[in-house]
Amino acid sequence: MSAPADDRTEASTTPVATSDGRHHAVVFVALLALLCIAPFVLYPVFLMSVLCFALFASALNLLLGYNGLLSFGHAAFFGTASYVAAYAAKDWNLTPELAILLGTTAAAVLGTAIGALSIRRQGIYFAMVTLAFAQMVYFVALQAPFTGGENGIQAVPRGRLFGLVGLDNDLTLYFVVLAIVGCSLLLIYRIIHSPFGQVLKAIRDNEARAVSMGYKTNRYKLAVFVMSATLAGLAGATKALVFQLASLTDAHWSMSGEVVLMTLLGGMGTVFGPLVGAATVVTMQNYFAGFGAWVTVIQGAIFVVAVLLFREGIVGVLSRWIRKPL
Amino acid sequence: MPVQVLFGQLLLGLINGSFYALLSLGLAVIFGMLNVINFAHGAFYMVGAFLAWMALTYLGVNYWAALVLVPIVVAILGMIVERTMIARLAQLDHLYSLLLTFGLALMIQGVFRNFYGVSGLPYSIPGELAGGINLGFMFLPNYRAWVIVASIVVCTGTWLLIDKTRLGAYLRAATENPVLVGAFGINVPRLITLTYGFGVGLAALAGVLAAPIYSVNPDMGADLIIIVFAVVVIGGMGSILGAIATGFGLGIIEGLTKTFYPQGSSVVIFVIMAIVLLVKPAGLFGKVA
Amino acid sequence: MQLRLVLATAAVALLSAAPALAIDVKIGVLNDRSGVYADLSGEGSVIAAQMAVDDFKAADKGINVSIVSADHQNKPDIASSIARQWYDQDGVDAIFDVPTSSAALAVSQVTKEKNKVFIDSGAGSTDIVGKSCSPNTILWTYDTYALANGTARTLLKQGKSSWFFITADYAFGQALERDTAAIVKNLGGTVTGDVKYPFPGSDFSSYLLQAQGSGAQIIGLANAGGDTVNTVKQAAEFGITKGGQSLAALLVFITDVHAMGLETAQGLLVTSAFYWDRDDGTRAFAKAFAAKNNGKMPTMVQAGVYASVLDYLKAVDATKGKDSKAVLDWMKANPTDDPLFGKGSILANGRVLHDMYLYQVKSPAESKGAWDYFKLVDTIPAKDAFQTVEQSGCTLG
Repeated sequence: MSAPADDRTEASTTPVATSDGRHHAVVFVALLALLCIAPFVLYPVFLMSVLCFALFASALNLLLGYNGLLSFGHAAFFGTASYVAAYAAKDWNLTPELAILLGTTAAAVLGTAIGALSIRRQGIYFAMVTLAFAQMVYFVALQAPFTGGENGIQAVPRGRLFGLVGLDNDLTLYFVVLAIVGCSLLLIYRIIHSPFGQVLKAIRDNEARAVSMGYKTNRYKLAVFVMSATLAGLAGATKALVFQLASLTDAHWSMSGEVVLMTLLGGMGTVFGPLVGAATVVTMQNYFAGFGAWVTVIQGAIFVVAVLLFREGIVGVLSRWIRKPL
Repeated sequence: MPVQVLFGQLLLGLINGSFYALLSLGLAVIFGMLNVINFAHGAFYMVGAFLAWMALTYLGVNYWAALVLVPIVVAILGMIVERTMIARLAQLDHLYSLLLTFGLALMIQGVFRNFYGVSGLPYSIPGELAGGINLGFMFLPNYRAWVIVASIVVCTGTWLLIDKTRLGAYLRAATENPVLVGAFGINVPRLITLTYGFGVGLAALAGVLAAPIYSVNPDMGADLIIIVFAVVVIGGMGSILGAIATGFGLGIIEGLTKTFYPQGSSVVIFVIMAIVLLVKPAGLFGKVA
Repeated sequence: MQLRLVLATAAVALLSAAPALAIDVKIGVLNDRSGVYADLSGEGSVIAAQMAVDDFKAADKGINVSIVSADHQNKPDIASSIARQWYDQDGVDAIFDVPTSSAALAVSQVTKEKNKVFIDSGAGSTDIVGKSCSPNTILWTYDTYALANGTARTLLKQGKSSWFFITADYAFGQALERDTAAIVKNLGGTVTGDVKYPFPGSDFSSYLLQAQGSGAQIIGLANAGGDTVNTVKQAAEFGITKGGQSLAALLVFITDVHAMGLETAQGLLVTSAFYWDRDDGTRAFAKAFAAKNNGKMPTMVQAGVYASVLDYLKAVDATKGKDSKAVLDWMKANPTDDPLFGKGSILANGRVLHDMYLYQVKSPAESKGAWDYFKLVDTIPAKDAFQTVEQSGCTLG
């Protein structure tokens, strides 16, 4: 978001933020250890869903938290990749890694097209343009013959990784998903903490200043948009294999809203925020499913409370307590 | 396509356009004065329809009374929301108020869903407006004709109020420079609260008008709000006249799409929106980019 | 010696007093609890399932039944992930209800993979027992073919032979139009045109005007729930029926009629598998049901959940276990019989055959009070009401 007046901006520009990554490494390793044990305690499919959404939210966060651009149409990339991967795995019998790769590539191509058009606008207009494009993608998903309309693409085979390892076992698939998501998160971390990431933050905080310093801000914005779209696509493609299904939900605007909720709740512009946000929202949807429409009410209430009381998100608050960026 | 059918479709488009115009007008007023993207607008529209139904069912209040009372009640609710929540975000990025009202919309819809289900509740057309006129090319129900008239009157009235009166001048000045206007002894926060109340009151009015046509159900606003957003963006955020003209215009375009390519009617407005924003970033009637 | 005899007698007495073998059965009612189909399935289906368990006196027969329920929000992805979790984690043995064809197909898929039992009541696409059929899936209450067959056949007999369709543009609406159009053409009728609108819709006036312009005698509504309610209301408003055209709403639930009001709905033809006021058996069930469901009468979907849970428990009781294959084989081998659907049978593709009924919605003058909505026009015998296995395109045979 362009120059919000809360203290998050200051926190992330303090020198500590960039120089000391050691506690990040500690958290990463602890998290990884936890996630390696988790599937033996919790239901693996649920955990995979958390991981996919964590990646999706982190992808959005790259754009929203570090570049200040709120996309209300990220479901377009998530959904497109999910459809392409599902179609490739089911109708072309591609191996899972190729299906995911193809889905992700599709999202990258779409991201380049939509990004090039959208980044010409700012703030609320940017949000609206992305929403408009996402609605068009949704329309295609609903109407195109290969997407299966309302039914989506069902019974997608999980296949054999590299033609060797069967993924029908939930545990095997879990570790594959963990590897994909883990590597992607490390990549995002690298991007944020590279010189490129510093420029992104400079653009977020004050675009005019970045321009006057000689940066071609539009190129940076497009680059980060495409990265974000690609990673969102990777999340969508992976999810299609986990649930063996690509459906309209993946491309619907409420999916775009949900991923914004995850990012906001966990903490925009923090490394671990989107993970926490995704885990919270997915857990809530999973375990409160019996409450029916009250889930919507609770979600809405979380939005309201998060915006009014802790705009830094859960991780933002934590990071203020321990006085270290997370 | 026979000419008669085409005329019929144009007229129907105008009726839908009446709702778009009323809703987008409220959104534009709120955005223009508060810089708030009111995602909860659709929810207030739905609440308007529900209150009309509840007033009739539980209290025996008829349509005409509801048409006056419901918008006032909703306006008061809106002002409470503005005072307690939206005002706290005044100094922040617009996007926060967008997220806040998005959350509010989810909550309001969820609550009504829980209590009234989603099948929709019937609300009959008032006896005075039953029946219709045969126009030769189509049968126009009196009630729909009334919707067009009511919408045009309210829209024109609002536009005159804001563009031509002293109160409107204060409002426009307060948007430009709240500190200066405050220095002249005008209570700017109160002005803003009233504006928000007025905007959502318009949404509620549209809701009451819609109740006899569409079934009263908790999702009626959610279906509409995204389209109305697009209407406001196409017209130019904050432009009152733009919102009204675009509302009617897009109603007609959508009506034509329904005739020639019905599947596309839900997407045509977004296609137009994307084109407009790329060609004329401030919207058709907006002033600055 | 004496002691031994006493002990043996005691043991025999104990064994015969206690139920032969305790079986724990967990059934899941998965349906729409917050969306457009919440009123016709929703909590009512859970009540119906519980009533079936109570009426079967499952506990006395040594079957401990527990019921879980969840909201699939009419989305295939949510339905499939809940079903997966229920089977994997929560030990659910069978899933019931599942309205919305896309969600039903997804659950059918997961059920087949996990080799459990899925008995659908709420969904209607013939694909569930047709090209996407599964040995683990049974479709209890209705399907698009039966609906089309009931309504279209009667109207064509009355000489209404030219049709125009207003179709919700999604799987179920398209299937309904396809099946109805096939019957219309088979019987020598014509289809003058159709309009497919994005689902869900709110303003149908434009489509109705096109239908009016087409000059067709019948305007077939291939949609459901709130969309049907709105189309019928708006048709009345635009004087479509006064102009001599008739509406044929192909899927109407009693809750839809309740929402429309008799003034608007009167005269509609309704093909249904169940009406609460049909005979003493249905009335007794409906009365008990309404007492638990805020006075709302059961829909055919909720009745189907009751009947299907009953039949499933019978199979568990008869096979003394809950092995999916044994239970399904027993159900398909034995006739179904319950107070709501009467006698029937289950085909190899999972299609349940029972009588279907054609009703007409009463006028306000004919109705004697709340929920007195339908009068019987025709009974379609079980053997004619549904597709055969060959017609369905299912290869399970």
